[in-house]
Amino acid sequence: MTSSATETRAVIVERELPHPPEKIWRALTQPHLIAEWLMQADFMPVVDHRFTLRADWGTVDCQVREVEPNRTLSYSWAALGLDSLVTWTLTPTGNGTHLRMEQTGFGPDQQRAYQGAQYGWPKFFDNLERVVGGLS
Amino acid sequence: MPTAQNALFRTLADPTRRALFERLCREGETTVGALTARAGISQPAVSKHLRVLKQAGLVHDRHEGRQTHYRAELRALAPLIDWTNRMTGFWQKRFDHLEDLLNRMDQ
Repeated sequence: MTSSATETRAVIVERELPHPPEKIWRALTQPHLIAEWLMQADFMPVVDHRFTLRADWGTVDCQVREVEPNRTLSYSWAALGLDSLVTWTLTPTGNGTHLRMEQTGFGPDQQRAYQGAQYGWPKFFDNLERVVGGLS
Repeated sequence: MPTAQNALFRTLADPTRRALFERLCREGETTVGALTARAGISQPAVSKHLRVLKQAGLVHDRHEGRQTHYRAELRALAPLIDWTNRMTGFWQKRFDHLEDLLNRMDQ
């Protein structure tokens, strides 16, 4: 269970795709294309733009954080009381693109100060990792 | 998403509650008084947070005389650890759909 606790801090999925970064970028950023593989979205590749992803099970509130065309896209991802950050990285390879998605918990918004104590999710998971070592 | 998991997220989304829970994880069984001494908030506020943690199954209380002792229930965290597995599954499926889409798209 220790390794699972470590993974709790980030979800990473990556894949080699036989397509150029420009094409993948379109799929990641054009609403009608996003709808085909992720969810219905009112997305715009503009920093600070807020958008909502809609699926049958509910909605995800997002805000664009970083846009570097054909290379990097990141947006906050708030759902189920958890704030996280989803970052897409596109790296050209000889015959296509290495696409990496990293979802990390849990952004600065979550780390609001309270009585001088800053307990963010990353710190929480660091601690968690230590204490759940004995979980089975 | 199951309700239990949702409740767990909401409970731990509060930084003060998370801090109390962390302390119980680190320090083992602790009285409300001892928790209050270093929490920076009033005892009623601490007790209220502990009640919410208890409702989510994250802590267990034990009464001894006038003192209430709390300890963390680490097993209750299992759904949280499950979350990464669920999200990984979610994204892998989306990657499959993305790949299908890319194969259908024009250059």
